[in-house]
Amino acid sequence: MASPRGQACIAGIGHTEYTRAKVPTGTNLTLELRAARAAIDDAGLRAGEIDGILPFFGIDLAEEIAVHLGIADLRFQMTSHLGGAAPGASIAVAALAVANGIANHVLVPGGWWGYAGRRVREVVVQDVSAMSGGANARDFYFPYGLTAPVQWFSMIARLHMETFGTRPEHLGAVAVACRAHAQRNPHALLRGKPITIDDYLASPMISDPYRLLDCSLEADGAAAFIVTSAERARDLRARAVPILGFAQGQPFPADDIVTRDDPFELGVTHATARAFEMAEVRHADVDFAEIYDPFTFQVIQQLEEMGFCERGEGGAFVDGGRIAPGGELPVNTHGGLLSEAHVLGMNHFVEAVRQLRGEAGERQVAGARIGVVTGFGDFGDGSVVVLGSGA
Amino acid sequence: MTSAAKPVPLLRHLSGEFYAHCRSHELRFQRCTQCRSWRHVPRQTCARCGAWDWEWARSSGHGTVFTWTVVRRPMHPAFASAAPYAPCVIEMEEGVRVVSEVVDCAPADLRKGLAVEVVFDDVTPELTLPKFRRASGGRRPS
Repeated sequence: MASPRGQACIAGIGHTEYTRAKVPTGTNLTLELRAARAAIDDAGLRAGEIDGILPFFGIDLAEEIAVHLGIADLRFQMTSHLGGAAPGASIAVAALAVANGIANHVLVPGGWWGYAGRRVREVVVQDVSAMSGGANARDFYFPYGLTAPVQWFSMIARLHMETFGTRPEHLGAVAVACRAHAQRNPHALLRGKPITIDDYLASPMISDPYRLLDCSLEADGAAAFIVTSAERARDLRARAVPILGFAQGQPFPADDIVTRDDPFELGVTHATARAFEMAEVRHADVDFAEIYDPFTFQVIQQLEEMGFCERGEGGAFVDGGRIAPGGELPVNTHGGLLSEAHVLGMNHFVEAVRQLRGEAGERQVAGARIGVVTGFGDFGDGSVVVLGSGA
Repeated sequence: MTSAAKPVPLLRHLSGEFYAHCRSHELRFQRCTQCRSWRHVPRQTCARCGAWDWEWARSSGHGTVFTWTVVRRPMHPAFASAAPYAPCVIEMEEGVRVVSEVVDCAPADLRKGLAVEVVFDDVTPELTLPKFRRASGGRRPS
């Protein structure tokens, strides 16, 4: 069987403005349709040519999106339940579909009123009941007031600090680097608001060791992609970005954070080697990485688990500007969920495509040819996608 | 004070059985009767050996603090006035880990490896939550 390497491309990207609005102006569907139209235009397609839709779990159904786009013959739809790892997983499924002739042009949309609507941080029992591990959280975490992702994941950050001597300044280095990247991104909500490590250390504690500046930025917005076969992409307007490798992974057990034999294991622990093998790349080939960043330590943890450094050395790895603008491995060149906007990790793919097309303006990573995008969902599910410049 | 009710477990199926033992002030975890491995959270089959058969085996009630967080800004309205509070992960002598709290330890005094023993908090007539206190040194069944 032929490798899926390079058989499909991201042929179009689109997104809305990212905001922190007082009230929503429309529904989640409004945002997703705006992003979808922009992506379709970017690819140089007509809406009716889209024949596959992979919508985000729990937001809008493919049927609703299709009817608004006038897609009379929707040939393919499927939804990933990997939470923040879903964008990468969906792009992978879309790639398999177009490479095998199941669909021609697959739309992958995602977005929400994550600030003006119900806030991202307000996880309630009804939400967790729908997610992987939700029943465990409901029955064994919530009664003790352990109700929110910032609390769950801060416990793993603490364990890392206790085990390896990782310091608050290391977590802060991630926040400062992402904010520095955001200063060069006109779409970033926190452009014009640079921070120093002292600002980080002075920010209020939310769930110790996590401070306010360890947390991603609740935001409103949507993004969308068009995935097309490499063959068809040649006829389209935008410079197509080839999908070189992809994989999913899960920690074990995936549905409970605290009882893993290996408490630092993540989906990307398993997925990275698979994705890199398909893409035929090594770590040294990676020009930039867009790492799903719900909180600062989860960036350090993923870099370790992906093998960019040894476990326990992630704090030192991110220190000293290595992941900042101009660093050896720029991470979250748009500012990430921490400083651009929390748009479900969709915005990580928007940025990776811009970098690989050479359209990233003042933040362009010089000569970028290989970019890696991760997703992190629920209790640590992972996706890894390797994209190329096509050059 | 807040008017929001604190979230409670769904007292059905295996979770219901776990909490029914707590109501009797007994901390019990599932133990596979085939490969003898302990497990928590409750599962229908043994992930190690695949067996369907298990028992609710009594824990010594002793463990150590594995990790924790100190909640300064609660995210759930029912805990709005509870801060600061410190949900902990306790690693039991049997090897399983469980989320709980240490009732007689200020958040600033929590340490990895702190020895603790189970106590029972009768929250309502229907619900008893297992919690922990600093270990007194002796060993007794929970």
